[in-house]
Order: sequence, then structure tokens, then C-alpha cells
Amino acid sequence: MSSTAKEERRGLVDRLKDIDRRIIFIFIAAAVVIPLLRPIGMPLKSSPPSRALYQEIDNLPRGSVVLMAFDYDPATDVELGPMSLAILKHCFLKGHKVVGLALWAQGAGLARASFSEAARGFSVEYGVDYVNLGFKPGGLVVIDSLGKSFDRSFPKDIDGRPIEELPLMRNIKTYADIDFVLGLSAGDPGLPFWIMIAQGRYGKKVGGGCTAVSAPMLYPYFPNQLVGLLGGMKGAAEYELLMDAKGAATKGMDAQSIAHAAIVLFVLIGNVFFFVSRGREKRGGAQI
Amino acid sequence: MRREIPLIITFVCGLAMIAQFFIPHSPFGGVKDYFQQSYMIIAAFAMLLGIGNLTKLHVGKISEKRPQWGYSVVLLAGLLGMTIPGLFIGGIKEGTIFDFLFKNAFVPMSSTMFALLAFFVASASYRAFRARTVDAALLLIAGFVVMLGRAPIGDYLTWFMPEGWQMSDYANWIMEIPNTAGQRAIMMGAALGVVATSLRVIVGIERSYLGGE
Amino acid sequence: MLTPVSRMCCRPLSVPVQILFLAVTIMTAGVSLGVGTSSSGVRPGPPVNPSVGDRPNDAGSAIEITWEASFDDSRGRGIVNSYSIFRSTEAVSGFANVATINSGRERYQFVDEAVEDGRRYFYKIVAETGSGAFSEPGVIGPIISSAQWFHSDRYSMLWALIVVSTSVLIFISLARKGKELYIRPIAGLQAVDEAVGRATEMGRPVLYVPGILDMDDVQTIAGVAILGRVARKTAEYETPLSVPVSRSVVMSAAQETVKEAYWDMGKPDAYRPEMVRYLTDDQFGYAAGVDGIMLRERPATVFFMGAFYAESLILAETGHSIGAIQIAGTAMTSQLPFFVTACDYTLIGEELFAAGAYLTEDPRLLGSLKGQDVAKGLAIAFIFIGVILESFGIHWLTDFLKVN
Repeated sequence: MSSTAKEERRGLVDRLKDIDRRIIFIFIAAAVVIPLLRPIGMPLKSSPPSRALYQEIDNLPRGSVVLMAFDYDPATDVELGPMSLAILKHCFLKGHKVVGLALWAQGAGLARASFSEAARGFSVEYGVDYVNLGFKPGGLVVIDSLGKSFDRSFPKDIDGRPIEELPLMRNIKTYADIDFVLGLSAGDPGLPFWIMIAQGRYGKKVGGGCTAVSAPMLYPYFPNQLVGLLGGMKGAAEYELLMDAKGAATKGMDAQSIAHAAIVLFVLIGNVFFFVSRGREKRGGAQI
Repeated sequence: MRREIPLIITFVCGLAMIAQFFIPHSPFGGVKDYFQQSYMIIAAFAMLLGIGNLTKLHVGKISEKRPQWGYSVVLLAGLLGMTIPGLFIGGIKEGTIFDFLFKNAFVPMSSTMFALLAFFVASASYRAFRARTVDAALLLIAGFVVMLGRAPIGDYLTWFMPEGWQMSDYANWIMEIPNTAGQRAIMMGAALGVVATSLRVIVGIERSYLGGE
Repeated sequence: MLTPVSRMCCRPLSVPVQILFLAVTIMTAGVSLGVGTSSSGVRPGPPVNPSVGDRPNDAGSAIEITWEASFDDSRGRGIVNSYSIFRSTEAVSGFANVATINSGRERYQFVDEAVEDGRRYFYKIVAETGSGAFSEPGVIGPIISSAQWFHSDRYSMLWALIVVSTSVLIFISLARKGKELYIRPIAGLQAVDEAVGRATEMGRPVLYVPGILDMDDVQTIAGVAILGRVARKTAEYETPLSVPVSRSVVMSAAQETVKEAYWDMGKPDAYRPEMVRYLTDDQFGYAAGVDGIMLRERPATVFFMGAFYAESLILAETGHSIGAIQIAGTAMTSQLPFFVTACDYTLIGEELFAAGAYLTEDPRLLGSLKGQDVAKGLAIAFIFIGVILESFGIHWLTDFLKVN
């Protein structure tokens, strides 16, 4: 091969090694959009932390009170929203009572939307079967204060109704009246605080859902301090699978699969070019 | 005295917070709640400082027509556009102007910023994940297994393997064992770092947060 | 104790009559104690194993009452609706209802916080049915609540605190006396000077991002501490500095830090308050704001020092796209991979907290690092010992180290 051709090839390899990232963005966009428009239907399997959470909620006696914390915002609603829906539907199916609250300001509104959607198709009544206490700032302080009094921390619900007017809340005064704590969290304040206080101090069983990026940080708590954990959209899809009710998370799995595969492919290609380039440099150095 | 008084306050408050962890008896037991609530009140008022700083900076930019002052107009329009309806026109309940702007402007914009991560992960991975050494190669392989195993495609590609030996099972093992061990190690190291830094702040050796040395 | 009616008479009564009188006595006693059966209700079984105790490890004024479900509560006939708790300062009279708890569990616990320390209290727990029938009450007590001076479940933490603090203070003292302390090189910190110098040569600013949490987070304190050192360099080289912050309290602290740094370097005129600006508390709003600053001002050097969440990669990738040299430091384990991938240098975990000591070479700060290392060595030793003990089924070390 002529030296010009060799240099052209070398230039091509270097150019591909340092490809404009916008080209990568286009491929990723295609990898996400196309499966959403044309689903593939890849099979899904549940993982031990998801199964553990499902079993825990499934085994609660009928009428158990579940405290559900919506500690996330619209940015992470895509991962945690489907989780909240699936779990709420499970609770309503099993006849559990749900008390919702939020330590993130936007979480209260997202909780309202989740409750409204989950309640469709079940004969559940607000104030009797579920309650949304709304948002309270303070994070750890609020979680701790629930151990002393729900009334003092949340005197009114999200719509300003005094909680003593809500039949469900009449018998819920402290953690002693809660059977299970579930934290859906996208960051801080969130699940680690619920584990620290509700589980560590008050001995309540705590389960959780989190974004995929936080899941590695929370795995150490499973299964001792955290009885179950849903990680990211896949965790939500696993719960939908266990519930036998496909939702938004399951629909997103194909897109997530193809996007992950695309990233793996790009990394492999990048490494191929890297090794080719390095080999060329070594050969070029040896010749000199 | 300008430096001594804050240092004394830091020392006393630090000791009080340590004491309340071990001594439930009053007055120590109630110290934590008191300080935490005080901090929340201070932080809430401090937000006014922040908003004042922001407004002053951008109004100055607009009035002096400094470069890219147009963005300052957009910022102030957004600030007032959400604050005024939220405070004075219907509040923040469902169906108000604030709620409309929240659901149709703020929520999509937040989601868009978060969605950027998908693209940036791809470009960063392509650029940086190189098997330069044996360690890096092992890390890369683990990364591939977890990326594929945490999505249905992993099991799809290993359909022929027996139950319990598919990609998702390897991914779960990596997450539950080596990842957990590594995370715990970093957390413990960081926790000791927090303890040492806190001790330095409490006894007044670390003073940079007060300004200067 | 009820005196059998038969003993009050001179001559013995027949058994049927004794039984009749006993029945009447019991019914009368039941009425006088304020409990009884309704005309239609069946008396349920009482709560099982009721007990009272002073709530441990608290500030007083709290009594814990525990009991197990009545045999007629779900396990049995399921006729118990609720349990009522009565309290009095006397054993036989003056009982008032303090709480009613719904039935349906195996074990119950109620904490009575409306009590005074030092006073004797007696309790009765009564199971009630829907039709108004009550179980036979039994008095439990007396119990006195009190506050504790030490949390008995936290001895292990106290020992850990003493050991770590002693280790840190000893090494600080040794360092003050002039002992040479070796600290391993940290590439990210060695590059600070070079990074600021690069910005100066290119005539572009330095961007410093101190994280998105408030001053109550130790990572933010560490970030602001490093800001002070970086500000000294930018003051010395007269390089523009930009510090966008996410919290107002951090803004105040950062402004003071930067101002003091410029004053200390003899460049008070070079300091401008606009160097430190508040953007927004919202996570992605802040990320968008910082990205905008990066794309407009095109800093040559970017520092990310503090606590970050999901916005870390958005910031780091944007910084990379403008060709800036990036030095990051965080203890957020979930964000470290992103910084390692996208930045030129990354301080991992405790290296962020060591940075202040490293950059000043202050012996007291270096001493604290050594003390921290000794504590870490002890933690490693405990882990090894604990693993071996647990493997042989010996749990005393694990139990001792548990903190409630």
C-alpha cells in the first residue's frame, strides 16, 4: 500500500476514534425512538430485589397501612412514576391502605397524579383507602417527627383538609400504626434517610424504588435494612411483570435495551479503533 | 473578634450536636431538632439573598446592555412569570396559571435536561472507555455485562443458557457482590473523611469556610 | 381481692348457692370497675402478656405499653375491634381512657407521652368488641418514667468517636511539633496550579462549581475550602474566576471566601462580588445555567468540587466539549464513574476532604489526615476480625458494633 493511502487510512482511523459526538447522539436518538414506535417485545425477567419487594407487599395482611414517600421530581418521573403506579395498584388490589407524602416539593403533585391514575378501576375512596398528605420541607427532620406524631408534622392533607377529618388518618398517629414504609426516591432527601430512621430507629420494614443511577449505592442495604428494591425503569418493568400488568415501564424496555446495546457497540468500536491506532503507532515507532 | 466569635459558635454548636447523640436527657436531647429547624428558617430567608443577587446581576446586565443581555431578559421573565401567578393569581393549586406553567413548561424542561444524560453517557463512554490496561479491560467487560444484563436484551442474547446463568443473573451478581463491596469501601472511606473534616471544622483548624486562611 | 360471700356467713352454704353468690359478686365487681357486657355482646378474651416499662434512652415523660393480641383478635374468633388503654395514678380507681388502638396485629405497642417523670402510673388494657363488650381488665404497674443520661445502645459509637478523635488529635499534635508526615501524591491536586496557569495563558476564566448541596453538607464545606485555595491562585495570576452556586447560604460563604482570598493576596481591587452568583436551587435548572455559562464564557479550567447528583455528567460533558481541563472531586459514589470518565482528574471520596490539607500543607491539617488513616486501619482490622468471627457463628462483635 502506498504511504499516501496508509496516511489516509490512519487519518480515517483517528477521525473515527475522535468522531463528532453529534453523530453518536443521532444513533442514540434512533436507538431510543425506533423501538418506541415499533416495539420488539423482548422477554423480561424479574430480579431478586424486585421479587422481594413484591412478595413483601403481597404478604402484608389485608388492610395493612403502607406509608409511601414520593421523593422525586418531574425529571425522574419517567423512572419512578411507573413504579409508584404499579405499587399503588398492587396495594389497592390487596386491600391495603396507603398514606402518601412527599419530601420533595414537586413530589406532592406527582403523588396526586399517581393516586388518581391508580385509583381508576378500583373501588377505593380518598380519605378512607388512601390519603395524600402533600409536601413538607425538612427531610430527615420530617421523617424523624413522624415517629412522634403524624398530626403535628402533617396537620392537613395536600388540599388543606385537617387530617382528623379523614377516616384513614384517625387511627394513624405514629410509625406504630404503619405496617410498611416505601420510599420512592431520586436523591436527597430520600431512601437512605427512611432506612436510617424508619428502619433503624423505629424498626419498620422499609422497601424502596430509586433511579437506575442510585441503585448501586442502595444495593448494600438489601436485604437487611431494605426488604426490597426497584432500580430504575427496569425495576418498574419487573414489578409490572410480577403484577402481570404491562405499563409505561415495560413499553420503555425495548428502547432501553437497544440504547444499551448501541452504547456497548460504540464502546467496542471505539476500542477497536484505539487498538488499531495504538498498533500503528508502535509499528511506526519501531521503524524509526 | 470577627473570626473568633464564629469559631466559638461553631465549637459550641458542634459539641452540642455530638452531645445530643449520646445524651437523651434534656436539654441535650432537644438540641438537634432546635438547630435543624433554626437552619431551615435561616436557609429559607437566605433564599431571598439569592434571588436578590440573581435579580441585581441580570438587571445590571440588561441596563448596561452587556453581551448576551437577551438571556437575562428571558431569565427575569421566567422568574416573574412563575412567581407572580404563584403568589398573587390563584396560587399553586391544580388548574391555576402556575400549575399550567409547571406542567407544560417546567416539567418538560426538567425531563429534557435529565434526558441529555442518555446522549452524554454514550459520547463519554465512546471517548473514554478504553481497555488500556488489564484492569481497564476487566472493568469494561463488567460494564458490558451490567449494561446488557440490566435491560431485557441481555437475556434475549443469552436465551440458550440455563435458568440462573443468563446475562441478567451475571449482572445481578456483579451489582450485589463486587459493586456492593466497592461502594461500601468508598462510603466508609468517605465517612471517615467526613468525621475528620467535621472535627477540623469544630475545633477551628479548618477555617476556610469563614473566608481566607 | 374479693372476699367470697361464703366466708361472711356463720354456717357453710351449699355449693350451688356458693356458685350463685360468686356469680353475683363477680358481676357486681365488674359493674363497679366500669366494665361489663352488653345485653347482646360476648366478653372477649383479654390482651395477652401486657407489660409496661419506661421508654429507654429518651428524654423522659414516656411509658411504653406492650401486649399481644387477645385470643379473640383475628387469630381466634376475630370479634375484637379495638383495645382501650386506661391510666391512673392509683391502683384501684381513677382510671381514664388515654388511647384506643385498632385491632388486627399480633403485637401492639403504645407510647404514652402524657406522663410526668417521677410519678407512679397504673394501666389497664381492655379488648373491646364491636357490640360494646369488654374483656376482664387487669391492672399493670406501677411504673415511673424517667429521662436517661446516656443512650445505652450507642456505646460502640462513643468508643469509635473517642478512638478516631484521639487519633486525629494525636497526629495534629505531632505535626505541630514538626514531625514529617508523608502524604501520597494526589494527581488532581498537583494539577491545580497547572490548571489555573493554563487558564491564565489562554486568557480565559476559571469556572468553579462547589456542588449542589447546602453548607450543612461536609462536601460543600470541603468544596468551599478548596475554592479559597483556587481563588488565591486566580488572584495571584489575575485570572477571571466564576463561581455559580445553587444555594444562597453557599453563595454568602463563597463570596466571603473569595473576597478574603483576594485580600490576603493583596489584590482587593481585582475582587468583584459578581464572581459568585446564585443561579437556582433546582437541580436541572442549575445544570442548565452552568452549561450556559460554560458555552458562553468558555472557561479554560473547570473545577467540580462538592456534592453532585445526576447533573454531574451533563456538566462534565459540556465542559469537555469546550476543551476545558476539568478537575472533579466528590464523595458521591454514584457520580464518581461519570467524573472519572469525563474529567481529566478526579478526587475520589476522602481525597476531596484531604484536598484542603494537601493544598495548604498546613501541619495541623496534614496531621488530621494521618489520624484519619489510623482510624481507617482500625476499621479494616475490625472488618477482618468481624468476618472471621461471623464465619464461626460468633456474633458478639457485630452485636457490640450495632447502633440503635
